[in-house]
Amino acid sequence: MLIETKGLRKTFRARKGNVEAVRGVDLSVKEGEIFGFLGPNGAGKTTTLRMLSTLLEPTGGSARVAGADLLKEPAQVRRQIGYVGQSGGTWGEVTAREELVMQGRLYEMGKTAARERAVEVIEAFELSEFADRKVKTYSGGQRRRLDVALGTVHQPSLLFLDEPTTGLDPQARAHMWDEIKKLRERGTAVFITTHYLDEADALCDRLAIIDHGEIVTEGTPIELKRQIAGDIVLVGVNGAAAKAVALLEPAEYVREVQTDEPDPTGVTLLRLYVENGSAAVPEILRALDRAEVTISSMELHRPSLDDVFLRQTGRSLRESD
Amino acid sequence: MKLIRDTWLVYARQLGLVIRQPTWVFIMLIQPLYYLILFGPLLNGLEGMPGFEAGAMETFVPGLVIMMAMFGTLFSGFGLIAEIREGVIERFRVTPISRLALLLGRSLRDVTTLVFQALILVLLSSPIGGLTIYWDGLALMMLIVIGIGLALSAASYGVAIVLKSEDALAPLLNTVTQPVLLLSGIMLPMALAPDWLQTVAKFNPFAYAVDAARALFNGDLASNAIWQAAVFIGALMLLLVFWSARKFSRAAA
Ligand SMILES: Nc1ncnc2c1ncn2[C@@H]1O[C@H](COP(=O)(O)OP(=O)(O)OP(=O)(O)O)[C@@H](O)[C@H]1O
Ligand SMILES: [Mg+2]
Repeated sequence: MLIETKGLRKTFRARKGNVEAVRGVDLSVKEGEIFGFLGPNGAGKTTTLRMLSTLLEPTGGSARVAGADLLKEPAQVRRQIGYVGQSGGTWGEVTAREELVMQGRLYEMGKTAARERAVEVIEAFELSEFADRKVKTYSGGQRRRLDVALGTVHQPSLLFLDEPTTGLDPQARAHMWDEIKKLRERGTAVFITTHYLDEADALCDRLAIIDHGEIVTEGTPIELKRQIAGDIVLVGVNGAAAKAVALLEPAEYVREVQTDEPDPTGVTLLRLYVENGSAAVPEILRALDRAEVTISSMELHRPSLDDVFLRQTGRSLRESD
Repeated sequence: MKLIRDTWLVYARQLGLVIRQPTWVFIMLIQPLYYLILFGPLLNGLEGMPGFEAGAMETFVPGLVIMMAMFGTLFSGFGLIAEIREGVIERFRVTPISRLALLLGRSLRDVTTLVFQALILVLLSSPIGGLTIYWDGLALMMLIVIGIGLALSAASYGVAIVLKSEDALAPLLNTVTQPVLLLSGIMLPMALAPDWLQTVAKFNPFAYAVDAARALFNGDLASNAIWQAAVFIGALMLLLVFWSARKFSRAAA
């Protein structure tokens, strides 16, 4: 295991009460995998990452990172890892090339080696167009690409990326995914945080969903989606939501019912987790019709990671963005 | 040795940034030049009075150099706060670089520009104020300047890391430096002060630095003030660099 944490906790002491940002996280990341950390704003993703990369002292718990004890051997951990912060860490008055060379030097490369490595990285991340301009003149996406490129200069065995694709256009995002996959091919494990479900789904070998500082579930994207075996039927009912729930909840073809808040027009969305969608839809229609509940909409869909999140936390990841 | 290599790395980067935009180095020279041109002449009439035995400019310019040493590096912390905000410090802190080097490289950069500024000031004082330069003394005086520069730049960085906010840093620096400046005898020699003020000034290491600078400037290399300044400024420097280095290695910047 490249990362193994036990009960990792962080409580920030603020003037107005403490903030329990991370409340006992146990996770493990294997060599050479892309591990996703998915969660809404304020879930504790950045805090966890900062602890694992030695920037922040945990309040409790322990962890081994890249073969070293996080608390006892932070210097050894630093040598093995790369870290790209959520808001980057470049200085506006220097160029990308200078930053890349400096980064190599920080990781104890010689001058020539650092320069050669900078050229490689500039090529890999397609920075050559602006590599010799001052960083303060870059667009947000260009700067983000440089941030991630900086984390790869010393070819770490483990790379932490805190929301690497935020602010990138679709093309740059796809390109970044390719770069991250290439890192994995070279044997680098990548620990990536994201709010993007499609990103977690497409990129990650395994992922953990974190909410309010706790891991709610963990597994491969396929395993997670399989937790919601079967299908989901979304039914919009006008008024009478409680009646509909009372009616459907005991039905043997329905596993679970979740209810949203009614929208301004008085329509309540019921989320029915069912074994077999196509068989359930006519049953649901018939049952509600018999009870004279007005159906305003009906939709059948296959579970996505958003549904996993919703099922676990009762909230949608998309809405919280 | 890793510390030296790392310090050099940080130093070279920081100095490169200054050389690329040298305007600030010269802007920081303007204030002492105002003092030299607009305040210095007031002292000419005092020549020969107690404290001015060596001549007005010969008394005033060494004090001015010490003042420059005090204020030239004291505000370096502001630059560090900007770097913290941009995440640069955090990026450096996850690398294996020595934490002490992050401080020393920056402080040495500050001291380099300071020595450069002090030399220009002294050289300009000769034509502007009619100062006689005593070169051996000047060389030794630069050591005092370096000591003060290191001490105060380290202090400034340490405080910046603790406060992490410009709004808190500026008033704090002013509150501390004003009395220290007034009690150092830079504007007028402490020989003119009443007894109680002289007693208070005895606890101010910078007062010794000013006395030593004056002695050195006038070729009085046997003066007691010189070793006193070396001891007090040296101790202050070690203390502040040590304190700040601890803040650098600990802080979750
Ligand atoms: N230095 C701090 N002092 C006090 N509270 C903090 C501090 N840093 C983070 N927090 C709080 O800890 C919680 C977790 O924050 P964190 O930055 O880890 O969230 P996140 O999952 O990265 O969110 P986002 O997706 O918005 O980046 C939040 O409630 C945040 O306000
Ligand atoms: Mg975050």
